[in-house]
Amino acid sequence: MSAESGLRDRLEGGLNAPICLTWELTYACNLACTHCLSSSGRRDPNELTTTEAKALIDELAAMRVFYVNVGGGEPMIRRDFFDIVEHAVERRVGVKFSTNGTRLDAAAARRLAAMDYLDVQVSIDGDDAATSDAVRGAGSYAAARRAMDHLAAAGFADFKVSVVVTRESVEQLDALESLARGYGAQLRLARLRPSGRGVAVWDALRPSAAQNRRLHAWLVERPHVLTGDSFFHLSALGTPLEGLNLCGAGRVVCLIDPVGDVYACPFVIHDRFRAGNVRGGGFGPVWRESALFSELRAPHAPGACASCDSYDPCRGGCLAAKFFTGLEASDPDPECVLGHGERKLATTRVELRPTPSIDHSRAPARVGSGPLR
Amino acid sequence: MASVASTRPATGESFDLARPWRLSPEVSLRDETFGALAYHHGNRRLVFVKSTGLVEVLVRLGQYATADDALDELVAPAERARYARALATLAAGGLLGVG
Repeated sequence: MSAESGLRDRLEGGLNAPICLTWELTYACNLACTHCLSSSGRRDPNELTTTEAKALIDELAAMRVFYVNVGGGEPMIRRDFFDIVEHAVERRVGVKFSTNGTRLDAAAARRLAAMDYLDVQVSIDGDDAATSDAVRGAGSYAAARRAMDHLAAAGFADFKVSVVVTRESVEQLDALESLARGYGAQLRLARLRPSGRGVAVWDALRPSAAQNRRLHAWLVERPHVLTGDSFFHLSALGTPLEGLNLCGAGRVVCLIDPVGDVYACPFVIHDRFRAGNVRGGGFGPVWRESALFSELRAPHAPGACASCDSYDPCRGGCLAAKFFTGLEASDPDPECVLGHGERKLATTRVELRPTPSIDHSRAPARVGSGPLR
Repeated sequence: MASVASTRPATGESFDLARPWRLSPEVSLRDETFGALAYHHGNRRLVFVKSTGLVEVLVRLGQYATADDALDELVAPAERARYARALATLAAGGLLGVG
């Protein structure tokens, strides 16, 4: 469904707690995907301890946060991964976790299959190794397919195949849907954002305007394909897509990073959008009282989009996509389907785009070239 | 009054007010300014309960022998049909069970 305007105003004004939040468990990752939102690679020595992680879950449970999207980095690299996840589902904080699959062997698959309130998303970025590995690194596609095989063999019903839509993968959507269906799994698509290391590849990898129009039509015909509200900027093409169709940053969602910093959403890991830290007073005060979240929840003028007939369905698009391409929050989305963003982008300078204020990428010589460990 | 934010098809079963409907034990309910958010941990459905009156009915439904009895006591006659439709929507989404 699409939220009607009264409810949408309430949602844009913020909730007592997030509907869900993303929790990156670690910055450590054995892959080095070129579009990594969190510029992951090396573990941060200051990451939350097991005890701190469990205390955070207890607080989320008390606030009735319904579920957390667990990611990283590669969350399964943490030695206490199962300890944390099991603690969450025991307290009825559902877990949806994203993995590159490299650590998901047969035993792990059986353990995951035995848990309630748990969803698994295995990431590939194309229907074949050549397409996917170009983004995610050599051997990553085969490793992800092995993980999917393990999940299917363990009887894990309904896992998700998670794909970032690039100008390459967008041409493989039918094949990717078949791949997911072959496992009894669901396809989940996410928008490529110019966040983290993605800022460096966004211009080269993002779908063209024509591809975005085809993507919208394809999604309208397939309401069963999950998108996590990722493509609401495409709703300006006419038929609204499934989901709330609004920017949830600091309003209905947020991100907690591995060191406990709270950001407005998973796509804006940058000092400008850091609301606070869960260490000390906990998550609740940050969610309820931070100056940043109050700012994001205040009524926003449509800005440059005021005269556009399509403002209502798209609400000006994605805050993160604007920020990291050097646009203002009041500007159109850089991928505005009516072309307003492209015109605005042409007036900005690529070299002046904000760069990530934190970066855990491994040494450049190893990025994208190291063997899987 | 209750809208289901989910793409999963509803079950076709008709809604019988004479049965002892209860909020499913798998549902978490959280108060919000517009009413409440309800989330079914099993089928992952998220529901916007857009009326504080309906929230009260949901919380107290289990105390009555039937949904009819609950509506008789908690809802003004003029509102009854609207509440019954909202309960039917929630039941179709699996958020209510008979128990």
